[in-house]
Amino acid sequence: MSDPRFKTMKDLPSVHLLGAGTSMCAGCGGLEILHEIYDIMGEKTVVVNAAGCMTLLASYPFTPFGGSWLYTSMASAPAGAQGVRDAMDILIEKKRIKPEENLDVIILTGDGAAYGMGLSATSSAIERGLDFLYLCYDNEGYGNTGQQYSEATPHAARTATSRGPRGFPGYKKDLFEIWAAHRPAYAATVIAAEPLDLARKIEKARGIKGPRLLISLSPCPTGWGYDPKDSIEIGKLAVKTGIWPLKEYADGKVVHTHFPHPRLSVEEYLSKQGRFAHLFRPERNEALLKEIQAMIDAYWGRVR
Amino acid sequence: MKRMLLTGNAAAAWGARLANVDYVPAFPITPQTEIIETISNWIDSGELAGCRMVTMESEHSMITAAGGAAAAGVRVFTATSSQGLLYGMEMIYTVAGWRVPFVLVNVSRGLATPITLEPDHNDILAARDSGFLQIHCSTCQEVLDSTLMAYRLAEDERVRLPVIVNMDGFYLSFTREPVVIPDPEAVNRFLPPFEPENIRFLCGQPVSEAVAVLGGSSYSYFRYETHLAAMNAIHVYEEISKAFADVFGRAYEAVATYRTKDAEIVFFMMGSFATKAREAVDRLRDAGKRVGLVQPRLLRPFPEDAIRRVLTGKRGVAVIDQNLSVGKGGVLHAELASALYGRHGAPRVLVSFIAGLGGRDISPEEFYEMASVTGKAAEDEKIPPPRLLYTATELKEVRKLQAVAHVERKGGSS
Repeated sequence: MSDPRFKTMKDLPSVHLLGAGTSMCAGCGGLEILHEIYDIMGEKTVVVNAAGCMTLLASYPFTPFGGSWLYTSMASAPAGAQGVRDAMDILIEKKRIKPEENLDVIILTGDGAAYGMGLSATSSAIERGLDFLYLCYDNEGYGNTGQQYSEATPHAARTATSRGPRGFPGYKKDLFEIWAAHRPAYAATVIAAEPLDLARKIEKARGIKGPRLLISLSPCPTGWGYDPKDSIEIGKLAVKTGIWPLKEYADGKVVHTHFPHPRLSVEEYLSKQGRFAHLFRPERNEALLKEIQAMIDAYWGRVR
Repeated sequence: MKRMLLTGNAAAAWGARLANVDYVPAFPITPQTEIIETISNWIDSGELAGCRMVTMESEHSMITAAGGAAAAGVRVFTATSSQGLLYGMEMIYTVAGWRVPFVLVNVSRGLATPITLEPDHNDILAARDSGFLQIHCSTCQEVLDSTLMAYRLAEDERVRLPVIVNMDGFYLSFTREPVVIPDPEAVNRFLPPFEPENIRFLCGQPVSEAVAVLGGSSYSYFRYETHLAAMNAIHVYEEISKAFADVFGRAYEAVATYRTKDAEIVFFMMGSFATKAREAVDRLRDAGKRVGLVQPRLLRPFPEDAIRRVLTGKRGVAVIDQNLSVGKGGVLHAELASALYGRHGAPRVLVSFIAGLGGRDISPEEFYEMASVTGKAAEDEKIPPPRLLYTATELKEVRKLQAVAHVERKGGSS
């Protein structure tokens, strides 16, 4: 299934389409993934946005997008995409616009919307077989409001609403599996730090019609507590420690596109982020560290 | 042209069919569901072959999809009611700001709590300040005709706002009345196909819709623009209403009046119960009382000038609100007072009545009593406190239910 277009890093687009000078934080992992995806998807697109950090990308009268944009609400971006997609299909069918005037519909949503408020609209859009590309930039908390915990927050992470010594007591919801249970045309996990893996997945998704969904773990210097220059490093560690598995769902099967080998200890990833500092200082929380490592080991144990 | 017995719901569906709508995002809710079932059946039978319908998972999504499709340049119809309108309320406000023209039929139904299926206007009045324009109907014919007029109004380049056509649940939605169904050719003359011009998403013509603003100046600019467009709709509605009368011979002024010319006391109200008020006016006239009826069809924009014109020189107005702003009173009463206060020749007294909540009937005797109370208030120039219509018999019935509940509860715990 290897795609001829992206064999090596040298095949990645060298022209960057998204404008600079946006109001995102320095080192934003979400913006990085958007850059990489937009470079491949191009400007024949309409980005339908749910409320979140990225909503501020298009602030009157500026936009970094060369293509179109529609902001909807926090919960209903997939429904906005449904309306736009259906309308364009109708216009083409009735010959009121030319087929070459068509746009691809991209949904852009954070984890707050994708894992929670917007899940019903997403589930239903998949069920209806809507032809769309869906990107969830997952920074594991309500980042735009100051990183309160969301349904995407990992176990033990300290957030603005889980400041206790054990951090967030809950467990990250498995949105990829929830999507896969819908049997969409395509679903994948991606990360900006692995652009070749991402590019291959986008290229594959482009060639398919129907619901195509991507979750990108999006390292967030502001919310996670690290230096913005380390965003790519943190992303690479997420893959190397196996806490963020890279995989895809197509044709009824989940396939891992990368096996971390040798798999690093999760401490390498956790210890570089302020949100996990309480696991190491003032003293190591062996129990929690063990629990987190055990979850990752169990995951890869099941995969192999 | 043909004449059929139609429910208000079927009349709304006929309005959508004759308007040749392209797209119907839908979600079922009583008492609206018959509208989308009718449209769906026509699509399946090929009678409305050019239309696509999609059932969404909620009204919130339904209104988002309607706005999204309208923003892409197709003619969109949708319908809801009550809790559905409230569930979608975030998007009602949102898509109005997108300045997209489409038509939503709301079938009024009282709001929880307590939950009910029967009508009053608290649902539609919750959308009052949203930017959607509102046309209120009192007959099934009006529902069909208003739907056609609503598209002209929404799509007019001086307006470009979505429009709600409102009818009462049960009293119109499920009541069959004789309705004239216009010929499609005549409708085409009145309402040509939608020409979206700059309202579209197209390759090579990028647009950014509904972007964030930073600061109050930009925000105020766009809100004022929306308001001024809504105000334009008063004049545009007049033009459309004349054009409609020219083609179809039926006239719908923004403010309907009945026997008001020499009236001293007038009823002021909206919706299907206004047809009962007409009947009451006739009986009161028979008894020699100079009573009339003023019925705003257009609630947003609020046709203040026309209302002032028809009420100037009247002695008193009985404002009958089929809604209740809890902690204030009738919404129409406050709207009317703000339109009339301090104006030369304005009626001296506005008397507020709350009636028809949750489908509670308004009897002829109650209309007579409201006219009489208002007449007395005008004479004494003393305004009585707002009246919440309720009869001793009704109270007795409720007390009986409470007694039953009490006994049942005691029985259950023993």
